[in-house]
Amino acid sequence: MPEKNRSQEPEAGSQKTDSSTTPDWRHEVSRRIAPLKLAPAREAEIVEELVQHLEDRYRELVSSGETEEEALGLALAELKGEGLLERGLRRVEKDAPREAVVLGADGGGGKRLLLASVWQDVRYGLRELRRNPGFTLIATFTLALGIGATAAIFSVVDGVLLKPLPYPHSEQLVATWLTAPGLNIKDLNPSPFIYFTLRDQNRSFEDLGLYTGVSRNITGHGEPEHVAGLDVTSGLLRTLGVRAMLGRPFTESDDEPGSPDTVMLTYGYWRRRFGGDRAVVGKTIIVDGSLRQIVGILPQNFSFGGPDLALIVPLQLDRAKTLLGNFSFDGIARLKPGVTIAEADADVARLVPVMLRSFAPPPGYTTKMFEDARIGPNLRPLRQDVVGDVGDVLWVLMGGIVLVLLIACANIANLLLVRAEGRRQELAIRSALGASQGRIAAQMLLEGFLLALLSSGLGLVLADVAVRALVAMAPTDLPRLNEIGMDGAVVLFTLVVSLFVTLLVGSMPVLKYAGASLGAGLREGGRSMTEGRGRHRSRATLVTVQVALALVLLVSSGLMIRTFRSLARVDPGFAAPSEVQTFRVDIPETQVKDPVQVVQVEQEILQKIGALPGVSSAGFSLSIPMDGNQWSDSVFAKDHNYAPEELPLHRYKFVAPGFFKTMGSPLIVGHDFTWGDMYNKAPVAIVSERLAREYWHDPGNAVGQQIRSSRKDDWREVIGVVGDVHDDGVDKPAPSSVYWPILVHFGGIDTMVTRWGAVSIRGPRAGSESFMNEVREVVSSVNPDLPLADVHTLGYYERTSMARTSFTLVMLALAGGMALLLGIVGLYGVISYSVSQRTHEIGIRATLGAQQSDILKLIVGQGFKLTLAGVTVGLAAALALTRFLSSLLFGVKATDPMTFIAVSLVLTGVALLACYIPARRAAKVDPMAALRYE
Amino acid sequence: MSGIEWKKVSGELLILSLVEARPRHGYELSQLIEQRSGGAVRFYVASLYPLLYRLENRGWIQGRWVEKNGQRRRRYYRLTAQGRRVLAAQRRGWQVFVEAINRITEVEHA
Repeated sequence: MPEKNRSQEPEAGSQKTDSSTTPDWRHEVSRRIAPLKLAPAREAEIVEELVQHLEDRYRELVSSGETEEEALGLALAELKGEGLLERGLRRVEKDAPREAVVLGADGGGGKRLLLASVWQDVRYGLRELRRNPGFTLIATFTLALGIGATAAIFSVVDGVLLKPLPYPHSEQLVATWLTAPGLNIKDLNPSPFIYFTLRDQNRSFEDLGLYTGVSRNITGHGEPEHVAGLDVTSGLLRTLGVRAMLGRPFTESDDEPGSPDTVMLTYGYWRRRFGGDRAVVGKTIIVDGSLRQIVGILPQNFSFGGPDLALIVPLQLDRAKTLLGNFSFDGIARLKPGVTIAEADADVARLVPVMLRSFAPPPGYTTKMFEDARIGPNLRPLRQDVVGDVGDVLWVLMGGIVLVLLIACANIANLLLVRAEGRRQELAIRSALGASQGRIAAQMLLEGFLLALLSSGLGLVLADVAVRALVAMAPTDLPRLNEIGMDGAVVLFTLVVSLFVTLLVGSMPVLKYAGASLGAGLREGGRSMTEGRGRHRSRATLVTVQVALALVLLVSSGLMIRTFRSLARVDPGFAAPSEVQTFRVDIPETQVKDPVQVVQVEQEILQKIGALPGVSSAGFSLSIPMDGNQWSDSVFAKDHNYAPEELPLHRYKFVAPGFFKTMGSPLIVGHDFTWGDMYNKAPVAIVSERLAREYWHDPGNAVGQQIRSSRKDDWREVIGVVGDVHDDGVDKPAPSSVYWPILVHFGGIDTMVTRWGAVSIRGPRAGSESFMNEVREVVSSVNPDLPLADVHTLGYYERTSMARTSFTLVMLALAGGMALLLGIVGLYGVISYSVSQRTHEIGIRATLGAQQSDILKLIVGQGFKLTLAGVTVGLAAALALTRFLSSLLFGVKATDPMTFIAVSLVLTGVALLACYIPARRAAKVDPMAALRYE
Repeated sequence: MSGIEWKKVSGELLILSLVEARPRHGYELSQLIEQRSGGAVRFYVASLYPLLYRLENRGWIQGRWVEKNGQRRRRYYRLTAQGRRVLAAQRRGWQVFVEAINRITEVEHA
């Protein structure tokens, strides 16, 4: 407490309570105890107590009939001359410093006393919060929403992007990608010949494994079932550091071709299918029609290969039969300690020539063709591989939610400012009584902290609920979904956020009111007057910031809405997808060996399904549009010339008659396949419009052209052109595709039949359980051992392909909605408060002849200025920030003027509405009442 | 017990006794002492407050600013648990002392 302020107190205090003739007791007491040089707070306390006593005494004496002079003399006599009080106090006050009993007074030294004073502040703060339940409730909820939402999104960011993978020393794990610039392939999958070379000759890896996803049919135990599986080399589990929870993991002997067939089950599948029966280890199950012995159960936290993985089977690669090529596997490796990815890359590069020399090329290829591919290393951290590009979405959401939190903070800071405004006198008195600025600042911060603490407690609860909701609604392609949850890191983050919120919210009133202007507060004596410009300005700034932040979020959600609309306008290449039921079916060789019989089974299923009531058509194909099963291979046209090494890649599809009709994909020219084409292995093909245009400029020219699948294949005639289908999702261009019959002779060598494919059915009952039950009966009547899998409508695949966009849209729209609400409430609060402060002024204006409309304009204009400032700042910020959205946008630019203008107008409109309500109240003020109000 | 000491102790005893039933502020204490003693005993500001602060320092009483509706806040002193034990001990000591004095003075009068 500065000396100069204290010297003002006696005047202020005595003037307020006593008449002009009252003796200056404060001076008398202060003078006597001044030599003690007590702590200012303590001195003020003693003075206050003694002065009260003297005043009481004086008044009593006067009221009992003494003259003022007599009373004065008698009261002064209480002080007993000059030295007695000082001597008496000196003995007492030289003892240990006293506990601070005055709120806001400096406690003085001693840890115990400090704690005591903190405790006192806490109690005081809690009392203050209890005294204003409305304020406390609103502030707590607003902040809790902000903190909870931030914590929830952070838990997703943490679970997906930040947390290490759930394997020991996961930072050593790499995905063993390669690259082939000679073939223009950026990410080349590893292949068996690479695996064998690396396994035997590398210097950088502790261990490595090769794997590939394979779906499997499980029969023999009740309902046939189609499940997700992985074929793995035994090194995969060793590399990951995963042990068997029961039984044993795969060993190198399991990898040997010809060794007994074994299988390991995942924990989830073991619980689901076998009820967690421990005796199942050692028993056999029928996988794809052949017996396999269950050698072990994987631990519960094994999450490699996705949450639906049911079992893993040894990948028995035969080194003696391995040729160059076959880049269709995935690989991981564990780096030796201290080895960097660059060093390991160099090691792989060193081995590339070795591997090309060690294995023979497949028939029709030469080693030189592989050399020309210029295969090179492309190792990358496994985590990067798992997480992929989802980081963009998550960081955008995190940024959005932080903006919401900032707006919430600004709101609460504003409320606290208003409250502090009302407490200026109290603060001034406490300051006058010797509370240091530090102590008052600490007290104010503490109130912010208590609020933040309450809010973060509630926020954590909200976050927990929100995380569950998020995980439920998150796009299924979000990696590591099962690793998202509330854990220590999230709680710690929430605490840090709360601390940040405390400082942000608590420091506003501190900066404004704990400063030097306290003397002024006391002098003003709480007279209501139009508030100072400075104080209004800080609240106006906060509102401007809120409006600006809200604008940024609203523009972002606006852009996502435009993106969504653009996506919805794209013709996917199929019609009414919600009326198309699809499911997968597998006809393994163990069930039906002969390819022609396979087609017969498929035809029978389609015919019987087609006879079901309401079904207008049914089709069969290797894959469903947008289901993620992509097969690209070369397509050569007879009337084109190709360079020797050129690989003209196009999308491959295998379809049975009726597929296009079922999808609703139009045949632009020509006609569909017939069943005769299938059984006769007729040399025919259908191409997509895009492929037709690429090769022959016009679909009309395509029919009758000759194409083939390789340089050695027989020529096939194009019999039709079908409309383009956005197979990779509506936001990606439709690939140029070739549709082959489900039974073909490629290259005249092998007969290819589509055994594992999808049935699609068009009809209004698609998606209903009763319909699928009938379908199951039909399939079972054809062959009771065929498992059905992936039962979805075509609409599901379309929605899934847009899931990331719609997820981002929903999240940003939620954030934008919260921001709008908070921003508008903030604006309303400031205008409303300003009106209440200006009642007197408005009364004067009305008396001087101002019309209601003038006053309306005055108040709304004040809000309009704030809004305009906010919108201007917000537009600039949005221009700078929306480019982070670019990768998520489709059909709209990050600086789309339409969106920017529309959002600005809407925001301004809503803001003016928020100002209009208090303005109307102001306009209705009765001038006389307003003037009397003083 | 020397004269100074018993005077001191008696002052302490008066204060402790008066705040035993309920907390009181300084002016109230000085008035009560004056009234109940019929004006025979008076504590002046210059001696009352140093005494109060001493008792407070010892932890026998505890002062607290209390604000009652509309009035200025006042510092009320209440008896602490330790003060209660001290009060009981001093009361016994005082009784012994008074009885001793009485016996002495009775003998003189007899």
